[in-house]
Amino acid sequence: MNGMINLTINGLPVLVEEGMTILDAARFMGFPIPTLCHMDGLSPYGACRLCVVEIGEGPRARLVTSCTYPVEEGLMVRTASRRVIRARKMIIELLLASCPQSKVIQDLAAAHDVRQQRFRQEHEDCILCGLCVRMCEEQMMAKAIGFRHRGAKRSIGTPFDVHSEECRLCGGCMYVCPACQLRCTYTEPDKAVCGACANLSPPCIEKAPFDDMMCYMAPCVACEMKKD
Amino acid sequence: MPLNSLDGLKEHKARLSSNAPRNGRTLVVPAGTCGRASGADDLIQAIREALLQKGLADRVQVRVTGCHGFCEMEPSILVQPEGVFYCRLKTAHAERLVEATAQGEVVEDLVWADPATGARIPRQEDIPFFRKQRRTLLSRNEQVDPEDMDSYFRAGGYSALLKVLESGDPQWVLGEVKTSGLRGRGGAGFPTGVKWELLAKQPNTHGKYLVCNADEGDPGAYMDRSVLEGNPHSILEGMLIGAYATGATDGILYIRNEYPLAIKHVKRALEQARDVGLIGQHILGTDFSFDLRIVQGAGAFVCGEETALIRSIEGQMGEPRQRPPFPIQKGIGGKPTGINNVETWANISVIIEQGAARYAQIGAARNSGTKIFSLVGKIRNTGLVEVPMGITIHEIVYDIGGGPVGNADIKAVQTGGPSGGCIPAARFDLPIDYDSLAQAGSIMGSGGMIVMDNRTCVVDVAKYFMGFLKDESCGKCFSCRKGTQRMHEILNDITQGRGTREQLDLLEELALVVKDTTMCGLGQTAANPVLSTLRYFRDEYLEHVEHHRCPAGVCKPLISFSINDNCVGCQACAKRCPAQAISGERKTKHSIDARKCIKCGTCRSVCKQDAVEVA
Repeated sequence: MNGMINLTINGLPVLVEEGMTILDAARFMGFPIPTLCHMDGLSPYGACRLCVVEIGEGPRARLVTSCTYPVEEGLMVRTASRRVIRARKMIIELLLASCPQSKVIQDLAAAHDVRQQRFRQEHEDCILCGLCVRMCEEQMMAKAIGFRHRGAKRSIGTPFDVHSEECRLCGGCMYVCPACQLRCTYTEPDKAVCGACANLSPPCIEKAPFDDMMCYMAPCVACEMKKD
Repeated sequence: MPLNSLDGLKEHKARLSSNAPRNGRTLVVPAGTCGRASGADDLIQAIREALLQKGLADRVQVRVTGCHGFCEMEPSILVQPEGVFYCRLKTAHAERLVEATAQGEVVEDLVWADPATGARIPRQEDIPFFRKQRRTLLSRNEQVDPEDMDSYFRAGGYSALLKVLESGDPQWVLGEVKTSGLRGRGGAGFPTGVKWELLAKQPNTHGKYLVCNADEGDPGAYMDRSVLEGNPHSILEGMLIGAYATGATDGILYIRNEYPLAIKHVKRALEQARDVGLIGQHILGTDFSFDLRIVQGAGAFVCGEETALIRSIEGQMGEPRQRPPFPIQKGIGGKPTGINNVETWANISVIIEQGAARYAQIGAARNSGTKIFSLVGKIRNTGLVEVPMGITIHEIVYDIGGGPVGNADIKAVQTGGPSGGCIPAARFDLPIDYDSLAQAGSIMGSGGMIVMDNRTCVVDVAKYFMGFLKDESCGKCFSCRKGTQRMHEILNDITQGRGTREQLDLLEELALVVKDTTMCGLGQTAANPVLSTLRYFRDEYLEHVEHHRCPAGVCKPLISFSINDNCVGCQACAKRCPAQAISGERKTKHSIDARKCIKCGTCRSVCKQDAVEVA
């Protein structure tokens, strides 16, 4: 059996099981921490950096991602210090600058009072949160897609961009994608999967076999609108 | 023939030193990657031919070694035992040089000349570049032919290992390394002895790893390459000693693929060491076993970060992961792993041989030993310099480096590569050690030192490093991937004259967040080039943003070239102008057609009269 760990979250003494992450502990105690690349059932990844919290005291205080950091005895955690809020807002601003069409990101911005976006506007399809990669590998046991390249060239796809035999077209990747929603009719309506929803551009899947396929976004806003 | 006992190694060493050639001289030719690039291979061939033709092969030996450090002057030759240093040689010089050396004479016109006075200085140790250095590691490169294990034995090689095995006490070795005060030379400066002790305490159920991190990727830094190329056995010896002290069972040399010569030499060294029984099971007949192999990096800068390096060794994508657990607890394949930099490993045998107490006296308090820097950029003497810690930047730049090229003024040095920061000339009295550099907003890093003068634009430099980091970030952390891209975008705007005050504020705000929210060392230091240049050269940024001027005359959209009255009409610029934008009669003042000018700066660099102005 796991031991128990004493730590302090926002000044509140907390006793939690060993092996939990700070995120688990904070949410268990009711402190909200926003996440984007985290999902129960998938392994923690720590890519989106939204869930940063401040740990430690004085000059040794630093920010860590709560989704990957295990609880430690005597840890002092602050989930909403000025430093945390400043960082979180900047990350949301960066997200908005890259992928403004995502409903998830718009909601995050609204919830955190991010009212401006000062960078040059881009419209990217993917924020590389890696949810689809982990979904495919860990829940669907397919490992059909993965990361490629690094830095600015990083993308998600199959090796050599060839349709992977491992892919069963289960749609799990689309289901978890936070960048997809509201892109339905946004970029390329003619390539839309169910006739309305163009969001299905998971980089791994060729569009051709999707002609008669139903949309996995339930309910898909664009489809609903088209019916009317 | 394998050596089966400690005495066997001793006898072998004694035999080698007794049949070493005693009389005669040796021409030592540095032929590392830098030497070969400047023509050392041809020179070696010419020298060998000359020796055969003149029948002097038995009186003058040739030793091909790794780099000695003075790369600017290569191809060069050091004559032992006199220590005469010939530089910038050509194959045509070979015959004269060989004859003179056989006679014990010096060819005066080929030795180094002081550029200020023109005085010829024949002996290496009298040359200012070498005089202020303390070349503990680099001087060994002069003694050792990297492809010949016997030369390493003759130079005292593997006697530190012998000492360690004879002591039979891993705790003593740990104690020595701790007492020496050696700190990790990869840049972070973690005490090596403490790291080893932690590794030694880990339970040894399925083995432990030691890694030599030779994924040196900083632009302008090549210390590790030169040590690996020039003295691969010293690294093997260091790792063997480390394995004995920590109980490690497996060792990996992670060498970047861009260092083919280093890989070749290390491969050969591994074969040789295995043949004589210094690697493998029951080393020298003792109970100590340790195996070593090479893993070649695939070109990602981020794989120098230890957790990314571990994943790369495991065959996965080079992506850092969250610490804890630290590699010392869970590293390669979940086994405890201790990772040290090349230079750290090279220091180990020195410490054991000299004794930790003596080693600890070199350098400054809490920063013992020597450190190799690669001194590059706008400086007269570029090359590798090895100095005791605590020496000031001023001494390195002016005394060893020889000061600025031409009549420019040096304005800053960038230490620690792209993750480091710049230090302005006003702070050159800063001692070089881990703590002082960190305080000044830079880092020691692995030892790159890039000198900038008043013709270097700091915004442009920051942009260059940010462009590098934008491509080399692994891309996992959103804040690092997008943060570096956006910082590069803003810096690019500023150098193009499109920058605004608001963008400058945004740049600073973003830089602080990137530093704060990123997981690994690469991302946490990625903002340093921006933050340190903003700290010391905010004026220059403001000049770009508010007045659309580049004071250094670098950012092309902000500058224009013109010719002033200094012009003597020599036509040097007009001949070389790739855009044919310069016109003017011989011996009359020339002029530049602004519409044709592509602002390449060629005219400015060829003009001997300082007649080309940038505004």
